[in-house]
Amino acid sequence: MTIATDQSKVIEGVKADHWTRIYRRMVMIREFEDQVNELYMRALMPGLAHLYVGEEAVAVGICEALRQTDYITSTHRGHGHCLAKGASPDRMFAELLGKEAGYCRGKGGSMHIADPATGNLGANAIVGGSAGIATGAALSSKRLDTGQVTVCFFGEGALGQGVLYEVMNLAALWKLPVIYVCENNLYNEYTHYSETTAGDMLARGAAFGVHAEGVDGQDVRAVYATAQRLVERARKGEGPAFLVCDTYRYHGHHVGDINREYYRSKQEEQEWKTKRDPIKNFAGWMIQQRVADEMALEEIRKNVRVEMKAAVEFAIAAPYPKPEEADENVYA
Amino acid sequence: MPELPARELTFAQAVREALAEEMRRDKRVCIFGEDVAEAGTPFKVLSGLVEEFGRERVLDTPISEAGFTGMGVGAAMTGLRPVVDIMFGDFLTLTMDQLVNQAAKVHYMSGGTWKVPMVLRTTLGATRRSAAQHSQSLHAWLSHVPGLKVAMPSTPYDAKGLLKTAIRDENPVVFFEDKMMYKLKGPVPEQEYTIPFGVAEVKREGEDITIVATSSMVQVALGAAEMLGKAGISAEVVDPRTTWPLDEKTLVESAKKTSRAIVVDEGYGRYGVSGEIASVIAEGAFYSLDAPVKRMGAMHVPIPFSPPLEDVTVPTEQAVFQAARAMCGKR
Repeated sequence: MTIATDQSKVIEGVKADHWTRIYRRMVMIREFEDQVNELYMRALMPGLAHLYVGEEAVAVGICEALRQTDYITSTHRGHGHCLAKGASPDRMFAELLGKEAGYCRGKGGSMHIADPATGNLGANAIVGGSAGIATGAALSSKRLDTGQVTVCFFGEGALGQGVLYEVMNLAALWKLPVIYVCENNLYNEYTHYSETTAGDMLARGAAFGVHAEGVDGQDVRAVYATAQRLVERARKGEGPAFLVCDTYRYHGHHVGDINREYYRSKQEEQEWKTKRDPIKNFAGWMIQQRVADEMALEEIRKNVRVEMKAAVEFAIAAPYPKPEEADENVYA
Repeated sequence: MPELPARELTFAQAVREALAEEMRRDKRVCIFGEDVAEAGTPFKVLSGLVEEFGRERVLDTPISEAGFTGMGVGAAMTGLRPVVDIMFGDFLTLTMDQLVNQAAKVHYMSGGTWKVPMVLRTTLGATRRSAAQHSQSLHAWLSHVPGLKVAMPSTPYDAKGLLKTAIRDENPVVFFEDKMMYKLKGPVPEQEYTIPFGVAEVKREGEDITIVATSSMVQVALGAAEMLGKAGISAEVVDPRTTWPLDEKTLVESAKKTSRAIVVDEGYGRYGVSGEIASVIAEGAFYSLDAPVKRMGAMHVPIPFSPPLEDVTVPTEQAVFQAARAMCGKR
């Protein structure tokens, strides 16, 4: 890969090569998800998947502020979180196809990717289902004095789950190093959040004395800067935070949700895609700041595409688990 | 019964001693739940633990069963060995997602990479005049779910040995204590011991009929066996001690030997633990049985408050005695 500009240059306190890495990570998620959609269309993938396309700046901006040993919990729309935390695409595709080489040996699938090596406590198919796990992980880190921070990702749909407020209350009482990251992509499945969410979102965290703030989830620089701040205060023992990221999912609730006009307009989708695309806008900024030029970014995209295709091929060729493995791993 | 020299401890003291010993042995073990610290729970089972181990390890929580059970799962995955206290078994309903969808499935869904070494202690049992929301025995629900283990001690000795095993287990264990048994006394040796899961104990040997009983019903079964003895019927009482893993072999062997079996469990009979055990015996000992296996459990009603109503909902020594005598062809 050749990048025309000086990669050691520092912009907004971040080295150019780090900005380049952030760009690459976002592109990787987008390309990964495009391949997932393709696998679904070609009927190569068992079941469904919930695509993260459009929300890349949230996962990448947050996870770039974390250490490998920090923990995350993820959601049914979790591919982006897993990749941003460092999962390798080939083993992820393998899991999505139910193959032995997958992160969960084919036992979890798209909604349950977990990986101790990257601190991924697991994606969760119960909305809000990982709030307790994330907060418990933060309790461990505090008790064992490991300095780790946990990020609990969830969509705005999880704001309807009471357990979230139970653990936020506990995290505030016990000053736990956990950051609740709410990805407000506007839709609880097929219902606009305004129909399900009363009052002010941020006030829900603030009511417990949890530090609460909002950020433009389509602006990876803003997400990254905010995350760095929140992670640092959590690591210093200053307690939990609640971060609402305004974002948008380009696809439907899942890959099969094609006709969406009964809950949102094509015009709305088009506006987010053209005006607020996190990758395009960040690329524009990179070029403007001379972090990279268009050719360099194109090369990144090309390389990522090649990498994703190879990962998909690996997964397609990988063997399925043997049927006799069905009752393995029930108990440790 | 233990062969080592033993003191008499109450069931509650035995539970407390198991926790204290495990907390001394392993600094990762911690307790959280409602009123577990200075209050030592409403049953005073945990009295004294916060004084020895401090509020860092014995944590009072808000009344948020789902929240702190979920935190137990996460804490167990990341290096602690939490013992979560759910004051009444009826409140398990509030923890179900955390237990059933999270704790039980994390290891499997992650392809064996994450583990949840968590214990959830709770109660079962009626006749405390506590009515329908503080008297249920819901252990069948958890025994139904792959990924969980379920322990049901019936004596102080078993309570201590099984709880120590539960804390050392790498899996989520739900530990049921009969709230009416906390004051029951029994021999507990000073020396260190543990009791493996999935190993039933014959609490009383007999020849004519097997009474399989769990938790609160073991003392009832022993009382009935005593009455049966006087009526010339020799009853064997077998306690599985854990409903999962289940020691099917010992249950089947006992039924084969006696040719008759009654299963007494305080949960509801319908779709319950008694039904499962009866089925195990029927499948395993069919050609040795002289009568269909009988189930006895709580009456299929919400547990009522008024004493004369509540008392008829739970199997009694008299009821088990009569059922066993009828099965043995005596009226």
